Amino acid sequence: MGAQLRVYKRRIRSVTATKKITKAMEMIAASRVVKAQRKVAASTPYARELTRAVTAVGTGSNTKHPLTTEAENPTRAAVLLLTSDRGLAGAFNSNAIKAAEQLTERLEREGKQVDTYIVGRRGVAHYNFRERKVAESFTGFTDEPSYADAKKVAAPLIEAIGSETADGGVDELHIVYTEFVSMMTQTAVDSRLLPLRIEEVAEEGTAKGEILPLYDFEPSAEDVLDALLPRYVESRIYNALLQSAASKHAATRRAMKSATDNAGELINTLSRLANAARQAEITQEISEIVGGASALADATAGSDN
Amino acid sequence: MAAELHVALVAADREVWSGEATLVVARTTSGDIGVMPGHQPLLGVLESGPVTIRTSEGSTVVAAVHGGFISFADNKLSLLAEIAELADEIDVQRAEQELARAKAEDDTEAERRADVRLRAATAGR
Repeated sequence: MGAQLRVYKRRIRSVTATKKITKAMEMIAASRVVKAQRKVAASTPYARELTRAVTAVGTGSNTKHPLTTEAENPTRAAVLLLTSDRGLAGAFNSNAIKAAEQLTERLEREGKQVDTYIVGRRGVAHYNFRERKVAESFTGFTDEPSYADAKKVAAPLIEAIGSETADGGVDELHIVYTEFVSMMTQTAVDSRLLPLRIEEVAEEGTAKGEILPLYDFEPSAEDVLDALLPRYVESRIYNALLQSAASKHAATRRAMKSATDNAGELINTLSRLANAARQAEITQEISEIVGGASALADATAGSDN
Repeated sequence: MAAELHVALVAADREVWSGEATLVVARTTSGDIGVMPGHQPLLGVLESGPVTIRTSEGSTVVAAVHGGFISFADNKLSLLAEIAELADEIDVQRAEQELARAKAEDDTEAERRADVRLRAATAGR
């Protein structure tokens, strides 16, 4: 076998192996998307009921709570960025990071100091490499987040928003995550979690035209709100974590699918080249034989005369 | 047929139980409260403890609830809890072990959780 042909054969073998791996990863990601979607669906009843309750307290009483009133002059804000622990998901992480950076820039333009909280090894690595300050980071659970993980993430944030701005507290809390729109589309979005806009919550929480009843609060509206809002934040973060996980798996699936397709194409091209090389080799050999034979024939013909 | 109310017991990551009931007893921060059909709209903070649901078929469902909320309106009652387990889902042996371990390690949080589980499990039998 000629040297060229051997090189092609070797490359085809290596690309075939890669294709097998990406194909397997694609299938794994596909099954995980379904699982993650199911988790998102399972967490909806809790989130829906909680949202209803928050709306009920917010609209049904005149309670003022630090988590629902906007600071007159907000100077510090916290941004929670959700990325994944692992890569190989196309532009998933860079999109989320880009959205967070745009948000940070906007907040800084408004004169606010921004504390960044990060979930996921990818985001942490990005910020560490650029030597940017990270207030706190969480890693190790982005593939399958549990409610306990969401609580762990929410705890320092709720504490920061509860403390005075002068003592390192924050006035606002923003979250950047990747929304799972469909299998094909996932978009990085940012939204303000706190202070809460009751009107906005009301819009997503209740059906159109529904009038909430006048609730009796046990023990009191303030106490209920006090207990309710941290849970609300936790549930929102939990939901964002789940959506982010689902999006990550969908992005991985797509990235791996195109990798598999590319590998297939590469194998085709390489086999054509290998065939051409083999053909060239054969042609060469034939022409050498023919050339040799005719030279021999010429030589014998010459000696006859 | 007696009037009934629709109950949904929802944990953070799943719906634990839902169905029709005639009476729900739960423990709020200001004491035990019983809700029957037609109760006035209510929103309360739950203590950790067992919740008893008397279903319209006459059976009783007991669940251990670890903190959360109770909300009632339009004959629909929702019990929201971060963690909620039905009494028959609770592994008594494990809860006992957990209780002993928590006592030994002085972990009040875990001790309370295990205690609630055990109380719910015994009440459910």
